Amino acid sequence: MKLDARIPSGPIEQAWSKCKFDMRLVNPANKRKFRIIVVGTGLAGGSAAASLAELGYQVDSFCFQDSPRRAHSIAAQGGINAAKNYQNDGDSIYRLFYDTVKGGDFRAREANVYRLAEISLNIIDQCVAQGVPFAREYGGTLANRSFGGAQVSRTFYARGQTGQQLLLGAYQALLRQAAAGGVRLHARTEMLDLVVIGGRARGIVTRDLVTGNIKTHVADAVILASGGYGNAFNLATYAKGSNCTAIWRAHKRGAGFANPCFTQIHPTCIPVTGEYQSKLTLMSESLRNDGRIWVPKQAGDKRAPSQIPEDERDYYLERRYPTFGNLVPRDVASRAAKQVCDEGRGVGETGLGVYLDLADAIQRLGKRTITERYGNLFEMYERITGEDPYKVPMRIYPAIHYTMGGLWVDYRLMSTIPGLFVIGEANFSDHGANRLGASALMQGLADGYFIVPYTVGDYLASNKLEKIDSAHPACKEAEENVKRVTHRLLSVKGKRTVDSFHRELGQVLWENCGMSRNAQGLRHALAKIPEIRERYWREVNVLGTGEEFNQCLERAGRVADYLELAELICRDALARDESCGCHFREEHQTPEGEALRNDQDFCHTAVWEWTGAGHTPRRHLEPLEFNHVLPAQRSYQ
Amino acid sequence: MRIVLHVWRQAGPQAPGRMVRYELGNVNPHMSFLEMLDVLNEDLMNKGEDPVAFDHDCREGICGMCGFMVNGMAHGPLPGTTVCQLHMRHFKDGDELYLEPWRARAFPVIKDLAVDRSAFDRIIAAGGYISVPTGSAPDGNAIPVSKESAERAMDAAACIGCGACVAACPNASASLFVGAKISHLGLLPQGQPERDARALKMVAAMNEELFGSCTNVGACEAVCPKYIKLDVIARMNRDYLKAALTGSGEAVSNESA
Repeated sequence: MKLDARIPSGPIEQAWSKCKFDMRLVNPANKRKFRIIVVGTGLAGGSAAASLAELGYQVDSFCFQDSPRRAHSIAAQGGINAAKNYQNDGDSIYRLFYDTVKGGDFRAREANVYRLAEISLNIIDQCVAQGVPFAREYGGTLANRSFGGAQVSRTFYARGQTGQQLLLGAYQALLRQAAAGGVRLHARTEMLDLVVIGGRARGIVTRDLVTGNIKTHVADAVILASGGYGNAFNLATYAKGSNCTAIWRAHKRGAGFANPCFTQIHPTCIPVTGEYQSKLTLMSESLRNDGRIWVPKQAGDKRAPSQIPEDERDYYLERRYPTFGNLVPRDVASRAAKQVCDEGRGVGETGLGVYLDLADAIQRLGKRTITERYGNLFEMYERITGEDPYKVPMRIYPAIHYTMGGLWVDYRLMSTIPGLFVIGEANFSDHGANRLGASALMQGLADGYFIVPYTVGDYLASNKLEKIDSAHPACKEAEENVKRVTHRLLSVKGKRTVDSFHRELGQVLWENCGMSRNAQGLRHALAKIPEIRERYWREVNVLGTGEEFNQCLERAGRVADYLELAELICRDALARDESCGCHFREEHQTPEGEALRNDQDFCHTAVWEWTGAGHTPRRHLEPLEFNHVLPAQRSYQ
Repeated sequence: MRIVLHVWRQAGPQAPGRMVRYELGNVNPHMSFLEMLDVLNEDLMNKGEDPVAFDHDCREGICGMCGFMVNGMAHGPLPGTTVCQLHMRHFKDGDELYLEPWRARAFPVIKDLAVDRSAFDRIIAAGGYISVPTGSAPDGNAIPVSKESAERAMDAAACIGCGACVAACPNASASLFVGAKISHLGLLPQGQPERDARALKMVAAMNEELFGSCTNVGACEAVCPKYIKLDVIARMNRDYLKAALTGSGEAVSNESA
């Protein structure tokens, strides 16, 4: 497996401009002769499909949901970063770049991050023009708020529904193109395999989730924008349907998988209440702007929060990190919460929770202002827990929320399979070992609106692609493969439900490869996961047939993939014998309990190559160079 | 808690449907409604029976994919709540609940409680957007928007496209959905150039999809999980009427039709 990141030479400030200029163009009249597949309709996929169709390409857009508007980008609450410096507080492209590289604990590619910061400016303009109702000041200018890991106010937002509004902007642009004939929409259609011909990605095999029809779609390039794989942990803040199937099956066709162990844990989620729990719900990090996080000083203190006097409370983030206080990055905040709970100071019935208290802010700013800023979040909290956060502090606990790892891509967002591009959360590129808040929306839209439309064009202009149709033997082979897997799942006819296996797997992952990890636990997980997988294929019970609307079968295929991916996650976590960002190896910590990197041996991206079922995957390295933001111990004190 | 469910079971679009009774003995009041259905489905699957099909995805009330009638009310009895955010603590031990899919000609049943809402996508495709190709936008602050307009636009833009308004309406009208998009974009300066054409095109698309007409019943507002107000329908009617009477927007509307 060859890893050429194709980072442009020369000063980082000019890298993207130079790259754009060096790229070959497709003549406007020729664009309609090319067909491009986009899998996923979230911020990355929706914006890419719309932008490519606007340029004149023929686009096929796929999503497993009933409408492109359902993609889980819609659930992003807090906001989107951009280095506009509208607040005159010293922000700049360079500062956003710096914060993101540092926030990612020096495990991201500098050139990619710089480009992301640069493009952040265009994204806001584009979204405003589309009619995204961003929050405004009284004078009519755009409002900002602060987010974790930054000391400037650069986050743009639309109440607590920023993701929804940005996604609707992209969705509307996409549907405009569908009406104009440039995009064919395929909703309720799931990608189950990638077609590779002559070493190039040339199509996908899908299952129509309503009829069960399995079909090949051929194209000149394939873009995966299918999101992250955090649902491998079963309990996560992802939508129930979010899955790794598209990227995992592309991995099995030759796409390298980078840093699978980089899984982000979000510090502010509503705690688990019982065995039946189907998902976890996030409370936006923006609450940390005005909320204070605390636990009782005394372990085992079971008093109601209102009964605990001020001097018996431990505002542990403010105490440990006086500079950043409640706004430390997500990995730091999550681990700190785990630590106080491990000390027996956690709150709530399970003891796995900390208080997020807005009482001071309500007193200072008035209930009205707080309602304006966080009203919908408060409502959501009350609906789920039955408690009123205006009166009682919220209880929160960390949960799996995002995956920084994903398919490896070069600077042009192309994977190790030529013609296969990967954008948004599905790729690994910009966040290193930890993503800062309000940066996921930024990356998804940067990739989709402003990067991939250029780089796909360059790929198409630079390569002569043979004409193929779905009768090609490679298409038939991929189709047969999909049918075989479907048939195999349906014919086990065991005694256990798909969900029960998913819960079992999730528990093993969360306990051994969650907020903190160690070699012993990872080895245990690596022994346990193949055993669960083996039982899965003997004992799972998938009802119904493949020729109908069968939600059980859909889940069964996804869980089968998690059972393979989970092993790779643990393998990667074991191989990365250092701590960095979200990846906290207990063996490697500073005396203060912070993540201790080992730049000597691990200043690289680990890229895994599939070598066949039952074979150990091969690990390749892409070394990382830092010429602008010099690696240092991250400090938020 | 003990809950008795009567669930609409229908194997496919053309198959006949019927209500089937299920009893759940051990419902935890902290469960969400869909988690209760997960438990039911797990029981059914363990008995080798076909689980109840229902649409859902984010389970945090924002994607708009879930939704069915609970005792004749879209998304159940709690105001401003999708069924995925409805928790069992709002019901009583021994309650009998009747679950039915959205009923509307424009939303054919796919299976059990899952329906086809692609008509909504086609209405948006007809005109529910601002035409601004990628890369052609001016600086974000070049277009000042009053705080009030932004807030009111956001109120309308909060629509999640779940279809509860259609299901609750005795005429199965989509006016609240269409009015919400027309209001969202029409309240912003960016949305003005296409405002007239948008109203004509979206209303025409709504009629083509066989949604009924609005007769100001207001059931849609009562069930909307995002509290979209009836005002949006008035705004849609005003925009439509103005465009129809003045002929403004017709050229664009016909050209792209």
